[in-house]
Amino acid sequence: MSVPVIPVPEAPDSRAPGDVRRGGWLIRIAIIAIVLVWMIPTAGVLITSFRPEGLVDTSGWWTALAHPFRAAEWTLENYRRAIDAQGFGNSFMNSLAVAIPATIMPIAIAAFAAYAFAWMDFRGRYVMFVLVVGLMVVPLQMALIPILRLFTQGVTLFGLRIFPDLDLNQSFLGIWLAHTGFGIPLATYLLYNYIASLPSSIIESAKMDGADHFTIFWRLIVPLSIPALAAFTIFQFMWVWNDLLVAYVFLGGAGQNRVLTVALRELVGARGENWHLLTAAAFISMALPLVVFFSLQKYFVRGLTAGAVKG
Amino acid sequence: MRTDEPQLKGPPTAADVGGDETAAAGISPLRVVLIVVATIIGVVVLLLAFDFLRQRNANRIAVVGVAILLGVVGVFFLFWAMNRLTDLLPARFREGVRPYVFVGPALVLLGVFLIYPVFNTILISFKDGISRDFVGIDNYEFVFTDQDMLRALRNTAGWLVLVPLVAVSIGLAFATMADRLVRGEAVAKSLIFLPMAISFAGASITWQLIYSYRPQGFGSNIGLLNGIMLGLGQDPVKWLEIQPWNNLMLMVIMVWMQTGFAMVVLSAAIKAIPDEIIEAARIDGASEMQVFGRIIVPTILPTIVVVTTYMVINAMKVFDIVFVQPASAEVNGTVVVAERMIRWFFLLDHNGRGAAIAVILFVAVVPVMIFNVRRFREQEAIR
Repeated sequence: MSVPVIPVPEAPDSRAPGDVRRGGWLIRIAIIAIVLVWMIPTAGVLITSFRPEGLVDTSGWWTALAHPFRAAEWTLENYRRAIDAQGFGNSFMNSLAVAIPATIMPIAIAAFAAYAFAWMDFRGRYVMFVLVVGLMVVPLQMALIPILRLFTQGVTLFGLRIFPDLDLNQSFLGIWLAHTGFGIPLATYLLYNYIASLPSSIIESAKMDGADHFTIFWRLIVPLSIPALAAFTIFQFMWVWNDLLVAYVFLGGAGQNRVLTVALRELVGARGENWHLLTAAAFISMALPLVVFFSLQKYFVRGLTAGAVKG
Repeated sequence: MRTDEPQLKGPPTAADVGGDETAAAGISPLRVVLIVVATIIGVVVLLLAFDFLRQRNANRIAVVGVAILLGVVGVFFLFWAMNRLTDLLPARFREGVRPYVFVGPALVLLGVFLIYPVFNTILISFKDGISRDFVGIDNYEFVFTDQDMLRALRNTAGWLVLVPLVAVSIGLAFATMADRLVRGEAVAKSLIFLPMAISFAGASITWQLIYSYRPQGFGSNIGLLNGIMLGLGQDPVKWLEIQPWNNLMLMVIMVWMQTGFAMVVLSAAIKAIPDEIIEAARIDGASEMQVFGRIIVPTILPTIVVVTTYMVINAMKVFDIVFVQPASAEVNGTVVVAERMIRWFFLLDHNGRGAAIAVILFVAVVPVMIFNVRRFREQEAIR
């Protein structure tokens, strides 16, 4: 069965070269000023991460810029120590094992739900949708303790076991489900905006061709929603990868399942005084989210606003 | 898809009529068996994989590989199997059940991970510190009389007004200006977006490279601001201890992190405005400020609302930035509501008070929720 090819509405490309870009110098200066201000903390981290421990503690990081070619001012030791730290490779792998399914699962589940809310008719559709989106505002911290208790003890109501003790604490499945549960409201909100704005004619014509909902979703909606899916992938991945709180609560501070953020926190010390290690660690943990961001960036921009700008 | 479909269009013969009857009866028994068997095999494989993950001494890379496969393939298998099983239902129930198969997993997970905790928190907010006896509204009384709590409420109000306001304004201004750049737009935008990739806890410690203070005789000052003060011949300043301005200095950290998000989303919206509209206004003699105020802002207003809502909710939930500061939040008056909640729950071990603070937070968010729900209803009406 052939599906009609639908041009996805795209934002107009950069303006024609002859177009007057007004503002000129003033705008350029303003942009450079903002970018410079924004880069100061990042530059501080980057420079500190390459300075020897003794110097980090005795002189400001900006002083390194005064003599950038003096070899004694720079070192790779901090990165070596961060990477050599106890179980670094192990926790890096654990972070991957947490972050990849915890990114894919909420997106898949939310995409099915968003499709149903947008293009299927059923009782309770409106109430359920409001419920899902409304839950976006529940503070994550509020949910941690009850869920931890659920994972370790199950739920007993009036002597009746209504939720079994699944022994999910300290397991990957437990943290995937937690991240998935917390991520679904925002994912559904973003994906619904996009999926609902796709032209209804394509879905009607696919139905005429005899496609069922599963086929329409899989063969039509998913390929057309790549921008929105990519956008949420970046968000969710950055969030899960950088998360310390959920990982600490559900996977624990020790043991072989601890993730990168937890391991780096141990390395740095609770007071955060080992700045030379902290800064190197910050750059190491930033690397992968940035790779994801740059590789998906072109989709990111179009996906998020597709529903919102339609107005 | 089915190869026998074209045949049905031919003149009816005895064989065709027979075939027709089988089709009407639904799916052939063989397929039923196949689907059921495939589902059972799939479930068994998933269970075996979970057992493997529990082994303490298994090879790490194998564990991680299995985990990723399980998480990614498992979720798609779940939907496939449920959809196929729905096909086996009698025809009149089939399409009625299918929507619930699509939304079901989302609702179940939300029920366990968000709705259940909300009710649980409300319940224990009426109990004592160890969640044993009911104490009526004692915890709420505490929330509205404790000095630190009252200050936290005021501070949080400041956070959720100022942070979204500043971040969205700078983001909007930057997006509008970057749109006029001939070259370097992508680079400029990426550099503003960069802080999004840093974790909250990491970012606030990063900012000590700016704010750090050491009294004279206790080592040299390695924070940039005090470096500047010393360079100017002034005494170093305890930046994070000057009330009430220290609150603003912590807000700067969040603005620094979140402006990139606002800027990227708003920039996309600006680029979606048709060029003809803006050109027409310019030809009619509109100044650049008029183009911005009368065309760009009204056109992207829905996006501005979405971004601002997201920021308000985030500002309401902020706790890490305050929490990881080495200086005491109580002494310096930088307490915020979410930080109080965590502290009472985890460090001061009074579940009742922590839960009561959480409920306050949730109630404070309700107006935002109502506003959003109303917006969705309007959107539905337009569609």
